[in-house]
Amino acid sequence: MPDDADLIAAATMLGIPLDPAWHEAVRFHLVLSLRAAHLVAEFPLPDEADPAPVFHA
Amino acid sequence: MTAPTTTWMTAAQVAAGVRDGSLTAESAVSDALDRIARATPINAVTDVLADRALARARSHDGTGPLAGVPFAVKNLFDVQGLPTRAGSRINRERAPATADATAVARMEAAGAILVGTLNMGEYAYDFTGENAHDGACRNPHDPTRMTGGSSSGSGAAVAAGLVPVTLGSDTNGSIRVPASLCGVFGLKPTYGRLSRAGTFPFVSSLDHIGPLARSVGDLQLAYDAMVGPDPADPVCTTRPADPPAPDGIAGLRVAVAGGHFLANAGPDALAALDQVASALGATAHVEVPEAARARAAAYVITTVEGAALHLDRLRTRPGDFDPDVRDRLIAGAMVPGAFYARAQRFRRWYRDQVLALFGGWDAILAPATPCTAPEVGQKTMLLGGETVPVRAMLGVLTQPISFIGLPVVTVPVPLPGLPIGVQIICAPWQEATALRIARALEAQGVVRAPRPGVA
Repeated sequence: MPDDADLIAAATMLGIPLDPAWHEAVRFHLVLSLRAAHLVAEFPLPDEADPAPVFHA
Repeated sequence: MTAPTTTWMTAAQVAAGVRDGSLTAESAVSDALDRIARATPINAVTDVLADRALARARSHDGTGPLAGVPFAVKNLFDVQGLPTRAGSRINRERAPATADATAVARMEAAGAILVGTLNMGEYAYDFTGENAHDGACRNPHDPTRMTGGSSSGSGAAVAAGLVPVTLGSDTNGSIRVPASLCGVFGLKPTYGRLSRAGTFPFVSSLDHIGPLARSVGDLQLAYDAMVGPDPADPVCTTRPADPPAPDGIAGLRVAVAGGHFLANAGPDALAALDQVASALGATAHVEVPEAARARAAAYVITTVEGAALHLDRLRTRPGDFDPDVRDRLIAGAMVPGAFYARAQRFRRWYRDQVLALFGGWDAILAPATPCTAPEVGQKTMLLGGETVPVRAMLGVLTQPISFIGLPVVTVPVPLPGLPIGVQIICAPWQEATALRIARALEAQGVVRAPRPGVA
């Protein structure tokens, strides 16, 4: 769970002025995003698997 | 002789009337403008383009497949002379667009007449239809309920009978969710099928545009008007449009998506799905592999690309965003890049798995939303005995599909109470098959866009 110091550090790196009043909501969404990110990242893929940054159906 | 009222006419009926002289484009446009003026409580329309529309109507030559058909577009489509607000406050300071979006120009080249722009969730990062700047768009079937988003006004304007056809955009479900909650038809074509040139982007690798309407025939007319290559959109295909499919569903193999798509469907969604599946004789269930993970990957790609798009605005004027959107975008900016790349690699794998399914099936059915329209302002809902957030969960059934750009027609099932949609999902470039199945269901009376206040 990212704490206030994590949020401030990330916002500083990004150059985003982070109002302390937004911490709780940003943390809520970051936790959801990271949960989704870990669900994807734990899926094994071969090293050769190409990304699809511009998707062509 | 007084021209007949065009309220509740389909686009096809209006166009036929204009072509045969029983209607004029001016009367069709005036009718639409009158309806819009009386419909302010649903808050679907953000700019009324009366002067432009009436001028075009008066000089209309009475020809075209959409002759004299009034239409409106989500306010992320460029309209010459207007700043493209994309549901935001910040974009109102942009210079006015110097030209119409490709899709708008093609609709008008087919004879249609743009009468307005439509409410939407800020920067399209929304499934609810709420908007801090323009106010919530309200469901014509029950104004205390959400329209769904982010093409909120596009769903509401069609459902309320303001215009027979609208244009929306769909990144994770933003055509299909409002089509479901407002009880109208929606087409999200294959990724790259319709030009997005002149639309304000959200997530380039997932953004699509498409029409919403009260009949399948009108979806087809709008799609036919817009389809075709456009060098101004780098992902727009040069592949020619397919010929129209025959009527009926003989020989088509249709299955129902199991697993994730049933586990996240509430009782109304399952009832609607059953009606559609029964009408099509679809009894087999297929497992879309790793659909929950696909949704997670779409979530990550969306939040990271959306944050990258808006990074400068987040740095310089975060207080001018809708707070619900800003907080998600800031969180998205904080997601490490390795997770984004991983999601794009997973996307390739998932695409290959799902395309293999279409070797055995022509179409797969799934509910479009877990439930009928929640109340405006509602934050959580019950699903499978669990309390879940409305804002994220409304897209749980659409995200795994748009993630790999599959074409979908959402068809409305008029349940007692509120309507709800079912997705007809096909292989890439098979819009004609999805429209063919939708047309057959419409002909059987299984699906239709209910009129508000009429059972």
